[in-house]
Amino acid sequence: MKNAFKAPAWLLMVATFFVPMAIIGVYSFLTRGGYGGIERPFTMENYTRLFDPLYGVIFARSVSIAAVATVFCLLLGFPLALFIARSAHKNFWLTLVILPFWTSFLIRLYAWMFLLRDTGLINTLFHTNLPMLYNNGAVILGLVYGYLPFAVLPMYATLERLDNTLLEAAADLGATPLRGLFSVTIPLAMPGIRAAAILTFVPCIGTYLTSDLLGGSKTILIGNLVQNQFTTARDWPFGAAASLVLMGVALGLLFMAKRRGEELL
Amino acid sequence: MKAYAAIMCCFLHVPLLILALFSVNSSKFTVWEGFSLRWYRAALGDRELLESAANSLIIAVVATLIATAIGTLAAYGLWKRASNVLSSALYMSLVTPEIVTGVSLLALFQWSFRFLHLRLGMHTVILAHVAFSVAYVVVVVMARLRSFDKSLEEAALDLGATEFGAFYRVTLPYLAPAIAAAAMLAFTVSIDDYVITSLVAGVDSQTLPMVIYALARRGVNPMLNAVSTMVVFGLGVMVLVSERLRAK
Repeated sequence: MKNAFKAPAWLLMVATFFVPMAIIGVYSFLTRGGYGGIERPFTMENYTRLFDPLYGVIFARSVSIAAVATVFCLLLGFPLALFIARSAHKNFWLTLVILPFWTSFLIRLYAWMFLLRDTGLINTLFHTNLPMLYNNGAVILGLVYGYLPFAVLPMYATLERLDNTLLEAAADLGATPLRGLFSVTIPLAMPGIRAAAILTFVPCIGTYLTSDLLGGSKTILIGNLVQNQFTTARDWPFGAAASLVLMGVALGLLFMAKRRGEELL
Repeated sequence: MKAYAAIMCCFLHVPLLILALFSVNSSKFTVWEGFSLRWYRAALGDRELLESAANSLIIAVVATLIATAIGTLAAYGLWKRASNVLSSALYMSLVTPEIVTGVSLLALFQWSFRFLHLRLGMHTVILAHVAFSVAYVVVVVMARLRSFDKSLEEAALDLGATEFGAFYRVTLPYLAPAIAAAAMLAFTVSIDDYVITSLVAGVDSQTLPMVIYALARRGVNPMLNAVSTMVVFGLGVMVLVSERLRAK
């Protein structure tokens, strides 16, 4: 009886998570057939192909773009988290930060297209003709814009619990506010900062829509590679291998963090 | 510090506010001409948009009902007796990159069509949406259960309620606000999804985000500003109400 409550969720998870992952796992060792089908023999080729310079470059690009976006999110998000943690109107500010996260990601990307396009608002306003869209910079901007709340929340959670008397003690002992920040606040907030880094990096590296809409033809990331293999290129085995590697990276990072006792979610 | 926070919040909100501003601009181009609701009229008269919005609503409502039911029961079951495997699976479904969830579900559906005489369509989209929104429901309902006093349920059992009766008459009413909040959250993630939906949708199941995507790709279109403003406003209200319910 007690397990009956969980039964529907079990069924759902088996059908929509475990079985699909198993199918993807098997496909990733098979060969692409004619007309985009999937055939035997079993092979490792899909995985070795990922390390081809041609595709290795996509991985390297994904990692570096996600890393740069994460650093920006942390640098921009930390002062914001610190401010909210010390503010008298915490809920008001938190809602302001979280609200855009729940409103359509697609539309928020479109808003940037509206601003950055060649005939977009910024170019029209300033009578310029700067190519701001369809490059790596636009993708990084989109990622920072999209995932800033992911960075703010965990940092806020640790900063909010921080014992203020420690800072006062530092000040009494002659530390400047800046010194207090770097020697007291930041070291104590490290768990939150690490959690923020991982929670931002994981969705950034797995992104598909941001690079698809804001990136150019040269800004193909792993997510776009996967999508392309399953649609236009119709090479499902290769796409399956790429998606498993992507998922491995994402889950690997999260579980590593979890084992170290970081608070996630 | 406050100025900085204000600037960051502007960074987060101004792009959407600008869209809203230009949605009531009478000009077809990105120059301000004057106030007009013509793009709203155009959007509300566009067949493709209306049909896709209707599809999105049907999918979101059905998926939300199923996901809320499954998720609430699962949260209650997990609260009674923890299951590491189920919690991990739910957690993983939450953090798996959307594109990976999308292609894996596509692979599942195509594989199952070898045995079933079905095609991609509304039902596959609904199943996909239930799959990715159920974890949100579990998280929200679980949070509420943590503050639930077990002895209330035990009292009901002592007074002769069946296990199901105790759940239905004591626990469920206590969880009601969280369940409503969870349902709204599931609804927003469902109605908003593009990545997974576009992979598992069939020809007859175009959703609103799919049409928005196609329009955004095509170029500047003031009608899209009007659609976006309506969607963002609707979702925003819903999220605020959901937050309110959760804080109760």
